[in-house]
Amino acid sequence: MAGHSNYVPQSAAAKWLESRLPVISLMRGSFVDFPTPKNLNYWWTFGGILFFVLIAQILTGIVLVMHYTPSTGAAFDSVEHIMRDVNFGWMLRYLHSNGASMFFIAVYIHIFRGLYYGSYKAPREISWILGVIIFLIMMGTAFMGYVLPWGQMSFWGATVITNLFSAIPLVGEAIVTWLWGGFAVDNPTLNRFFSLHYLLPFMIFGVVILHVWAFHTTGNNNPTGVQPKTKQDTLPFHPYYTMKDLFAIVVFMIFFSWFAFYLPNYLGHADNYIEANPLVTPAHIVPEWYFLPFYAILRAVPDKLGGVVLMFGAIAVLFILPWLDTSKVRSGAYRPLFKQFFWIFAAVCVALGYLGAMPAEGIYVTLSRIFTAYYFAHFLVILPMLGFLEKPKPLPASISESVLKGGSGKPAAAAAAPETK
Amino acid sequence: MGFRYRLNIKEDATLAHNTDAEEPNRRDFLYIATGAMGVVGAGALVWPFIDQMNPDASALALASIEVDVSAVEEGQSITVKWRGKPVFIRNRTETEVDEAKSVPIADLPDQLARNANLPADADASDPNRGVEGKENWLVQIGICTHLGCVPIGDAGEFGGWFCPCHGSHYDTAGRIRKGPAPENLLIPPLEFVSDSTIKIG
Repeated sequence: MAGHSNYVPQSAAAKWLESRLPVISLMRGSFVDFPTPKNLNYWWTFGGILFFVLIAQILTGIVLVMHYTPSTGAAFDSVEHIMRDVNFGWMLRYLHSNGASMFFIAVYIHIFRGLYYGSYKAPREISWILGVIIFLIMMGTAFMGYVLPWGQMSFWGATVITNLFSAIPLVGEAIVTWLWGGFAVDNPTLNRFFSLHYLLPFMIFGVVILHVWAFHTTGNNNPTGVQPKTKQDTLPFHPYYTMKDLFAIVVFMIFFSWFAFYLPNYLGHADNYIEANPLVTPAHIVPEWYFLPFYAILRAVPDKLGGVVLMFGAIAVLFILPWLDTSKVRSGAYRPLFKQFFWIFAAVCVALGYLGAMPAEGIYVTLSRIFTAYYFAHFLVILPMLGFLEKPKPLPASISESVLKGGSGKPAAAAAAPETK
Repeated sequence: MGFRYRLNIKEDATLAHNTDAEEPNRRDFLYIATGAMGVVGAGALVWPFIDQMNPDASALALASIEVDVSAVEEGQSITVKWRGKPVFIRNRTETEVDEAKSVPIADLPDQLARNANLPADADASDPNRGVEGKENWLVQIGICTHLGCVPIGDAGEFGGWFCPCHGSHYDTAGRIRKGPAPENLLIPPLEFVSDSTIKIG
């Protein structure tokens, strides 16, 4: 990171600081002079978009806490107070609640980009694993944040999700009681969720730094999957990618604003505007849209423990993905068979999301089972076998060559053998 | 003394290179003892941070409640709150009781009574589910044993309760018959303190 800096301190003050804490050259090496592959497409801007959304969530969250009261007696009313009385409270809350959905939209695109271009493969395994950890913390943060308004969906979502742990043999019940701080979701539960919801985004921030550090050590992946070989293959991060990322962030902000200002409740549930009632479960409880594929996997299995194990397994399998994909070629652009299976897999994930929102009966259950089986088969059967069965297209000799000869997808005439990457 | 000590260390270092089985010396012992003390201390310090999340004294105070059920006619149910949880109290009709009695135990997914007033291995026959001596009364914790939703009464394929969250069906004795829930609805500790009053807890 700092090693990529061309920075030489000029002023006396900069020299004084650099010799004591080389923070200027660290920032310069990481975000100004950092050599970045010159062929990154717009799918690569989602990292920057995610960083923007994280900061936006932290800022809106900090100011919302100035008006929110974490207590079962007051939480629901304090959220309404934010919506009606607090200056710009409605805007801050809608930005924060829709910001969670934007965060997941961006992270899912970012993950699928990594899946398509093989960004998880050597030498970027650690970066990928840190990313999965960020994804897990994000899910915990989003779940606990959704409980805070203390509506019906908050309460029953919290009840169902915490009860997942009761499936663990022997200690399950004790763990659930410990999570609740009582014998049902109640005031202690709300208070600890509030505490953790404030803490976890800062932990995400910390892991994000490690995530960036890891791929700044290995260098970015790129649409060809071919490592940069000469200076002709890279550009300095600033101004080329700062501007590209900034442009993408602005476009994303338009999309974000469309939801926050014109469809602020589109992604929510009307039931959450009813205060939590521990005696009545809403007729149709569904998690937020970003959990639906995993929820469908949970409900696909007729056994309680089995459903919980598969649901967590659906994320756990991502941790070992770098070792499941046996192909020597990184980028999906040069893998004709993988490309087809990738899109089938993406469609299966969307289908699981749809099924998660449907009632758990009849044809929906059957389809959930088929797609759940396919989800795991993609990682555990298809990817390991493809590496042996597939004949990849020839790779370009360098990034520079692929750019000059027309696009990442089209191999150059004089291409190197794919096996030698 | 200091000199000799340093000399010993040197000898030890050479020994370690030459032989695999070195006699542990006093320094090794002190090293391990100090480390072990540190681990015990850290563990002792971690526990309060974990245990503070367990139910506090006010939540643990096992409150019992007394419910007047004189107004609950045959075929009616009421829901009361006990320890933060809903408790269903139902005055069952004769048909419901007969229906529950007619089911062979072997047909039940969960064959245990789950009744806190009976031994843990009591079977799930209808008399073991209803209140002793007042078999038309069924008192149970209204929380689905799958993931904790509150089932809806007079619903489902078996005329008992139906959980809207993930589709578990319970029969007229509150026993799981179909769906993902693993256990029958739980029966709390209870007794009739008079003809019309139930004490729960």
